[in-house]
Amino acid sequence: MSIFDQDIHKLEEKAVLIREDIIKMLLEAGSGHSAGPLGMADIFTALYFNVLNHDPTKPDWEDRDRLVLSNGHICPVLYATLAHAGYFPVSELKTLRKLGTRLQGHPHRSTLPGLETTSGPLGSGLSQACGMALAGLMDKKKWWVYCLTSDGEHDAGNTWEAIMWAGKNKLNNLTVIIDRNNIQIDGFTENIMPLEPLKQKYEAFGWHVLEIDGHNFEEIIDSCNKAKTIFNQPVCIIAHTIPGKGVDFMEKDYKWHGIPPDEKQAKQALHELRTLQGKIRSEHE
Amino acid sequence: MINSNANLNPKLFDKDIEQVPSRNGYGEGLVAAGEENPNVVALCADLTESTRTQAFKDKFPERFIEMGVAEQNLATVASGMAAAGKVPFITSYAMFSPGRNWEQTRTTICYNDQPVKIIGSHAGISVGPDGATHQALEDMAITRVLPNMVVICPCDAIEAKKATLAIAKTKEPSYIRLSREKVPVITTENTPFEIGKAEVFNDGKDVAIIACGQMVYRSLLAAKKLEESKISVRVINCHTIKPLDNTTILKAAEDCGAIVTAEEHQVNGGLGSAVAELVSQHFPVPMKIIGVEDRFGESGEPNELLEKFGLTKDAIIKAVTSVLRMKEK
Repeated sequence: MSIFDQDIHKLEEKAVLIREDIIKMLLEAGSGHSAGPLGMADIFTALYFNVLNHDPTKPDWEDRDRLVLSNGHICPVLYATLAHAGYFPVSELKTLRKLGTRLQGHPHRSTLPGLETTSGPLGSGLSQACGMALAGLMDKKKWWVYCLTSDGEHDAGNTWEAIMWAGKNKLNNLTVIIDRNNIQIDGFTENIMPLEPLKQKYEAFGWHVLEIDGHNFEEIIDSCNKAKTIFNQPVCIIAHTIPGKGVDFMEKDYKWHGIPPDEKQAKQALHELRTLQGKIRSEHE
Repeated sequence: MINSNANLNPKLFDKDIEQVPSRNGYGEGLVAAGEENPNVVALCADLTESTRTQAFKDKFPERFIEMGVAEQNLATVASGMAAAGKVPFITSYAMFSPGRNWEQTRTTICYNDQPVKIIGSHAGISVGPDGATHQALEDMAITRVLPNMVVICPCDAIEAKKATLAIAKTKEPSYIRLSREKVPVITTENTPFEIGKAEVFNDGKDVAIIACGQMVYRSLLAAKKLEESKISVRVINCHTIKPLDNTTILKAAEDCGAIVTAEEHQVNGGLGSAVAELVSQHFPVPMKIIGVEDRFGESGEPNELLEKFGLTKDAIIKAVTSVLRMKEK
């Protein structure tokens, strides 16, 4: 299935709004992660506004697709996307990380509608997605399980236990999307703990692997659709992304992994996002 | 004297009292829970026979999930299955689960509020020849500090079966610790069991012994001996370490004025600590905690180890004498 250009334009516009909210949330919170959420904004937008079978008015709907965010620290992008999808008011985004908020520093399932799990400590999300997928297969359910993981959390043994187990159990209702942005807190992934050849590693564990440009909506949506046609294997989509995507001074710099922008930087970031890197004049100026 | 309402085994003080490992009771309870609820599933980390999960596997092969030697995955896959409506029992040795996978248990089961049921077999020093690596003496401490978690240490196989059936029906993450070795069957089918409700097995007023696991039997033996010296002893089977039965324990403190606790666990952080936290804040009385004194176990026969580590009837009697002296001062 392909997608019309006009739909892609709508998704691109939505992703810009989500990126703007990520910057505003982080500025307001005064702490949090910048690079990952910006880098994953296109994938989250594609999932919640095209791919997923879900209903924001019924977050506990039994037949919904499940999306497990494993690397919980990029939750600003999940929160912003959920709010734009209608799970809770966009105005609530500014409560991120503040006392009494439903938007905890790392996601806490039972406090916020739309969350499938609690996450933060890395390496545990894929196993939970595997458990959901197996339960779905046992009960012959039609819903799909998506797990979003980071490349850095592939350092964790728990992740590989899950990869091995999913291959063994031929979880063909599970799609994992890896945010392959090549950075983690201490530096570049291949310096900290080399992951390559990542594709071949997954294949050796019994998975079908697709590689895409994580900022190309057509590729994101097509790969998710293609994953559903793969028989008898879980599918891993390695999404090559640019950390900090959309904000020039954050892009590809691992130092932006775990910090928020200050006021001046946020202003600059919002200017870039609103003017498409200065290509158009912003109505906000 | 023995509380007749507890309906204990009439052969309680016989030399040939039947002995069964508490893990056997869990095995039977899991099959019964599986019969009652089709959503009950069992996950095991390569220890299916020795944890007694085998009977469930034989009866419900489609609901048994082999995890291999991967306890972190064991806990987290179970969390996901619980999120999708299953009631997962995860089984291994206590040292590995909840030992190795503690953070996953904390985050994805307790904080995530998923009804995963953790079964830790081979807990305590009585694991024997396998030695310290396999003798879980810290499991109650690390589970009872977790919000939302229920912690149960049954006194025998019959109680283990009742506890297994009981946790299958609740929404809370729960942990049951089990023994490898045969222990005397002191209860009967008619002995009351309710999660969070400690039972008075022997009534008395001079001193209370609050125990769990196989130390309940040893406490009853100690009480019988002490009664010969006209010391009236209340023995409480405190199978639920969390939530603690505050009412029964504070009443014991008030009625008896002295407490000894007994457990096959480190003195740090287990049943004795839980009782001390309660009593010291609400009704302080002299207290002694019987347990392993901040050290690792070692290889040996179970009874040799229980003797060496001071987990005996005589150690309990000595502690009772000591708290009675403190009470008189």
